[in-house]
Amino acid sequence: MSKDGSSSFLTTRLDAVVNWGRKNSMWPFPFGTSCCGIEMMATLAADYDLARFGAEAIRFSPRQADMLIVAGIVNAKMAPVLRSVYDQMSDPKWVISMGACASSGGIFNVYSVTQGIDTVIPVDVYVPGCPPAPEGLLHAFLRLQDRVARGDTLSQKRESALRKVRAG
Amino acid sequence: MTTVSQNNILTPVPTIYGGLREQFGEMWRKQGEQLKQKFGVAIEEIRMPGDFATDVPIVYVRKDSIVEVLQFVKDEPGFDYGFLADLTATDEEKDPRFEVVYNLSSIQHHGRIRLKARVPEGQEIPTAVGVWPGANWAEREVFDMFGIKFTGHPDLRRILMDYRWVGYPLRKDYPIRGYQIFPTAEKPRPELLE
Amino acid sequence: MAEQSFQSLKSDHISIDRDPDDLWNDSRAIVNIGPTHPAMHGALRMVAKLNGETIEKSYCEFGFTHRAKEKLGENRTYHNFIVYTDRLNYCSALLNNVTYAMSVERLMGIQVPDRCVWIRMMCSEIARVTDHLVCVGINAVDIGAFSFFLYGFHQREEAYTLIEKLCGARLTTSYTRIGGLMADAPEGWEKEVREWVKRTRATVDEMDKLLTGNKIWHQRTKGVGVFTKEQCMQYSFSGPNARAAGISRDLRKAQPYMFYKDVEFDVPVTQNGDVFDRYSIRLEEIRQSLNIISQCCDRVKPGPIWAEDKRVRIPEKNVVANTMEGLIHHFKFFMTGFEVPEGEAYTAAEGANGELAFYIVSKGGSRAHRMRIRGPSVWHYQGLSPMSEGEKIADMVASLGSINIIAGELDR
Repeated sequence: MSKDGSSSFLTTRLDAVVNWGRKNSMWPFPFGTSCCGIEMMATLAADYDLARFGAEAIRFSPRQADMLIVAGIVNAKMAPVLRSVYDQMSDPKWVISMGACASSGGIFNVYSVTQGIDTVIPVDVYVPGCPPAPEGLLHAFLRLQDRVARGDTLSQKRESALRKVRAG
Repeated sequence: MTTVSQNNILTPVPTIYGGLREQFGEMWRKQGEQLKQKFGVAIEEIRMPGDFATDVPIVYVRKDSIVEVLQFVKDEPGFDYGFLADLTATDEEKDPRFEVVYNLSSIQHHGRIRLKARVPEGQEIPTAVGVWPGANWAEREVFDMFGIKFTGHPDLRRILMDYRWVGYPLRKDYPIRGYQIFPTAEKPRPELLE
Repeated sequence: MAEQSFQSLKSDHISIDRDPDDLWNDSRAIVNIGPTHPAMHGALRMVAKLNGETIEKSYCEFGFTHRAKEKLGENRTYHNFIVYTDRLNYCSALLNNVTYAMSVERLMGIQVPDRCVWIRMMCSEIARVTDHLVCVGINAVDIGAFSFFLYGFHQREEAYTLIEKLCGARLTTSYTRIGGLMADAPEGWEKEVREWVKRTRATVDEMDKLLTGNKIWHQRTKGVGVFTKEQCMQYSFSGPNARAAGISRDLRKAQPYMFYKDVEFDVPVTQNGDVFDRYSIRLEEIRQSLNIISQCCDRVKPGPIWAEDKRVRIPEKNVVANTMEGLIHHFKFFMTGFEVPEGEAYTAAEGANGELAFYIVSKGGSRAHRMRIRGPSVWHYQGLSPMSEGEKIADMVASLGSINIIAGELDR
């Protein structure tokens, strides 16, 4: 802590510790709607085992989760549901958009399908593939961990911006 | 590409004009005659597999008597089409515009038959829920996708699309990219549970 | 005075004389389950009126993953539509591929070579095994038997390795083509399949030992979610769910397509129609499918995999790369597609869940006039409300898992 009372040194170190803790204990909310949901289940099951990276505590309540894995199609009927699930999660929260359908609508450029969930909620990491193999989801998860550790995910940026505003 | 003589590689995969006709042709002919005799003018036309490009006979029924015909082919010995395999519709883009299609199957003799009823735009067709309770959702789907109304249906609402959806997606004039967006999700409706 | 005011407070603010029809009285409540709920597989919704824990009345909703595949079927060429069939029942994508290819071939009158049919049959049965493993596994997870699920899922991963060798993809295979296959099975594939069959048989026996005799499992599943034979006929149940109630209808026996006439297998049928029967039928069907696969392994012979039909044959790569005509043919094939003669056909096959069918109406041209997909899940999901009426809400979860609703096939 410096003489004028500002806490620059201490907070940055604390941030690093907090981010380290956050990245290694993510609690996913599995928003699996279709095919990608099956691959997400395979990622969570024995052979690929997402628990190795500290994300095995699957929470089906958005209020207990901090990572939203949107696996599969989100159509016009589902989009408001997705939005309300996202709004119910507490900050900081991260979103992985798994698969082509969730990321861009994929091969379903039709009347009922949203062309990407980023029209509904902010997304941190996109995973291409239809559906992505479990390795793809694991890779996306590791990239998300890197970003969480750096503190440059969307919700973390928003958090620090809010902090600055509050500090004046 | 290696070429093998025709005789070696031909398989018994049933083609559209083979297989089934030898097995069920006689039965279908008898059933067609019986239907014509019983219902008279209510049977508009019968298309047999040999004469038309179809796999099983298509019986065109006048839409007002469709329920009686369905009940008859379901219960009558010799018909036994007790299994409603599928209920759907097609948009023919001419007058009468729609055809409601009933694909029936039998669990006794495993034969199939197809009933069709022509429905002009804006008109209704009697519901088959009284014959098969399972026709409920299929008819709702036809209503949702084509806008064909079923008279006497207990609960004719949209099923696949949102209840605020405008238009009928599977009609030929509905654009494939006619997106519609809704700000809120559909609420549970306790009144349906009374 | 104090007593009086207390009385008036009571009558004003706390309603003591409740309306007997009030839903909130005598422990009645309306609960909304879904569309994102751990008990609902995929995105389904059920709204139930409960009395205590008993479901008095309920209604189900779906359409949360509607992807307009029927509309796409009218707007894509027959060849392009193959990829959309994968995403119907994504637990057994190969079965959808095979059924779709068969239905277009029927319309065009194409006969495919023996080797192609045998490989398709093996694919279908592998897909059926994986689908059933998922179904019984997840049904067990819902009721609380987690390790059972892990056994099944491991074996399924091994099946995916086999499928990956066949076509490069795990889940969405797009393996069949109209009149043939994407590629021949790699060398030594049959041998690997045989080994997989052996291991899977051992795993299924192990799973059987783990759960079938379990007393808790019996209490949770026997007499639960009963759907009688008559109800099954009324609601058009097919496949394992109908056979659990005593309807001995298996399309592989009833209208033998492909080479099912030439292989030996039994169709298990039980009479009670409850969750336990559906579970045991599926377990037995896995064994029968494994029998079929090993018979196919014995009988598949080297040979061509493409039908001798110029219309549907995808041009060879070396011809496309080296000749002008080949290149034009290639572009014509993929841009405009091949023409299918006028006609209509309802082609049904025994899917993993029941009668999977494509009703295609062609008016000529390279696109279908109507592409109706008959997914068994729609009809099974419709039976959930009558099935769970008067049962406990926890038993509804068991029933739902046992009829195996797949959202892709349900919403299409």
